[in-house]
Amino acid sequence: MSAVDVSEVTQPSKVAPKKKSGGKSGNTVYYLYLIPGMISFLVVVGGAFFYNIYISFTKWNGLGHPHWVGMQNYQKLMHDQVFWESFVHAFYFIVAMSIIPTFLGVFIAALLFDYIAPRFGNKSAAYMRAGLYMPQIVPLTITGIMWAWLLQPTSGVINTFLTRIGLERYALDWLGGEKTAIISLSVIMVWIQIGYTIVIFMSGMSRLDPSLHEAAQIDGASWFQRFRVITWAQLGPEISVVLLTTTVAALKVFAPVYVMTGGGPGTATQVPAFFSYFHFFTTTKVGYGAAVATVLAVILTIMAVIILNIQNRQQAGANKR
Amino acid sequence: MSAEVEAPQIHASDKVELKKKTFASWVIFAVLAIVVVFWLFPFWMAIINAVKPQAEFVNNGVLALPQHPTLSHITKFWSDVNFSKKLTNSIIVSVWAPLITVALSFMSAYAIGIGKVRGRTWILALFMIAFTIPQEALVYPLYIAAKKIHLYDNLWSIVIIFGVLQSAFGTYLLSSVLAEFPEEILEAAKIDGAGSFKILWRIVLPLLTPTLLVLATFLFIWDWNEFLIPLVLLPSNDNQTVALSMAYTTGQWTSEPTARAAAALLGALPSILFFLVFQRTLMRGVTMGAVK
Repeated sequence: MSAVDVSEVTQPSKVAPKKKSGGKSGNTVYYLYLIPGMISFLVVVGGAFFYNIYISFTKWNGLGHPHWVGMQNYQKLMHDQVFWESFVHAFYFIVAMSIIPTFLGVFIAALLFDYIAPRFGNKSAAYMRAGLYMPQIVPLTITGIMWAWLLQPTSGVINTFLTRIGLERYALDWLGGEKTAIISLSVIMVWIQIGYTIVIFMSGMSRLDPSLHEAAQIDGASWFQRFRVITWAQLGPEISVVLLTTTVAALKVFAPVYVMTGGGPGTATQVPAFFSYFHFFTTTKVGYGAAVATVLAVILTIMAVIILNIQNRQQAGANKR
Repeated sequence: MSAEVEAPQIHASDKVELKKKTFASWVIFAVLAIVVVFWLFPFWMAIINAVKPQAEFVNNGVLALPQHPTLSHITKFWSDVNFSKKLTNSIIVSVWAPLITVALSFMSAYAIGIGKVRGRTWILALFMIAFTIPQEALVYPLYIAAKKIHLYDNLWSIVIIFGVLQSAFGTYLLSSVLAEFPEEILEAAKIDGAGSFKILWRIVLPLLTPTLLVLATFLFIWDWNEFLIPLVLLPSNDNQTVALSMAYTTGQWTSEPTARAAAALLGALPSILFFLVFQRTLMRGVTMGAVK
C-alpha cells in the first residue's frame, strides 16, 4: 500500500488517467495561484532588470531619451581601471564577509555547541550567541555611522584607547587613509558577519548525529580532533551554502561603503555596487552605471546557478538515503 | 505512572547533568566571554557617550563613564530629525511590505509545493536567480518608473517594490516547506470534495501560519534595514526611514561627537528591542533561509 502512495507523490501523471479528468484539471487549476506572484514579479523585477540592460547599451544622462551606442559602455568598462579596482576591493569583502566568518564561525559555533553548552549550560551558549549576533540586526547604515564615530581620528574611541596605552603611533586616520580604509571596512564586516555564520552552523550541528562524537570520545579523541574530523566534515552542506551566499552578499556591499567612506579616499574603497550608483547619480552617466550593474548581475547569476546545483545535488543525495 | 515518566523529561532541558568544568574549560569560557564583550563594546561606547554631557566629553574623553548622565542629546536628536516620523515610516514599510510578500509567496508556493505544477523546478530556479540580482541593476528603472506613475518620494513605492522583490525568497522558502506537506491530509480533503481554494484557505493556511509568521518577522527586519532603493526613491525628509535618516544626518553631527553617539544609539535601539523580543523567531528564520 505504501508503494502506491509513493508513486502517487512522485509521479502524479500516472495517477491522472485513473482519476478521469478530475486529477488533471486539479493540476492545471493550480496555475491560477501563480498569476499574482508571477505577474507582479515579472513587472517589477523583470521589467526593471531588462530595462536596465537596455540602458546599458545607451548613452543617457537620465533626461530626455537614451541614445543607443551598442557595446560602447562595455568596451569602456574593460579599460576602466577603477572598475577593475572595484573588483579587487570586492575581493577584500569576500575575505571579510565570507571566508573569515565561515571558518571562525564553524569554530566558535562548535565551541559554543559542544564545549560551552555541555559544561556551562545551554543558556550561557545562547547568551553568547545572541551577543555575537547583535551586529547583524542593526541596519548597516547605523553600524556604519557607529564605526565611523569609533574610528574618528582625533576624538574617536579606538585612537583614544591606543594613545592611552602608549601606542599613539598606531593611532591612524583609519577611514581616511589610502591603505587603512579598506582594511578598516573589512574588519568591520567581519564584526558584522560572524553572528550570521555562528547561528547557521549551530543549527546545523543540532541536526548532526551525536553518537559519532560519543564514539570518538570513547576512543580517546580530543575535542579539537573531533572538531576537525567529524564536525567539519559533517557540516559540509552548510559550509558550502554559507560560503556561496555570503560571497554573493560580499559582492553586493553598498551601504557600509556609502556611509563610511563614500568609496574614498580617492577610489581606495570603490566597490562594484557603489561604482554603479556613483555613475547613476553623481556623474549621471546612466548608461555606464547600468553596464556596471549588469556585469555584477551576470556574475551573481552565475553564482546563483552554482548554489542551485549544489543544493540540488544535496537534495538528490538526501533522497537516495 | 505517565506523570512519573514525563516529569523528568520536562526538566531535562534545563537540568541536563553538565560535564565537569576543568580549569581549561574555565579559560575557554573566559576567552569567549571576553570576545562577546568585545563584540558588544561599540554599542556600549554609543550608550555611554549618548548620555554624556558635552563638557564631560571634552574633559574626560570618550572612554570615561558619564558622571551626570543626560538624555538631552537623545531628545534633541529626536526632535531635530523628527524621529517619530521616521519610526512611523519604517513601521509602515516593514509591516506592509512583508504582508504583500507573504501573500504573494504563499500563493505561488501553494501552486509549486502542493499543486506541483509542471515547470516548477524552472520557476523556482528563476526566483532563486532573481533573488541574487543586485538592487543596483533594478534601481534606475524603478526610479524612472516611480516618477512616471507619480509614486516617487512616496512610501508606498517602497512597500510595493519590497513586497514583490522579497517574494522571490519567500516563494523559494515556502515551496520547500510545502513540498513536504503531508499528502494524506490533502487526499482526505479532496475525497471530501474540497476544491483547491478551500484546501488552501481551510487546511494549508492554518497549518502553515507559524511558518508564515516566522517569515514575516524575518522580512520585517530585512525591510527595516533596506537602504539603496529607499535612498534613491525617498528624497524628502518626511518620507525617510530610520535606516535612511542616519545616512543623511551624519554630516551635520560630526562636530558634536556626543550627538552622533546619540544618533547611532537611537537608530540602533528599535532593531535591538525587536531582536530581544523576537529572538527565537528570528533565529528560526535565519536558519530556515540558509539551509533548507
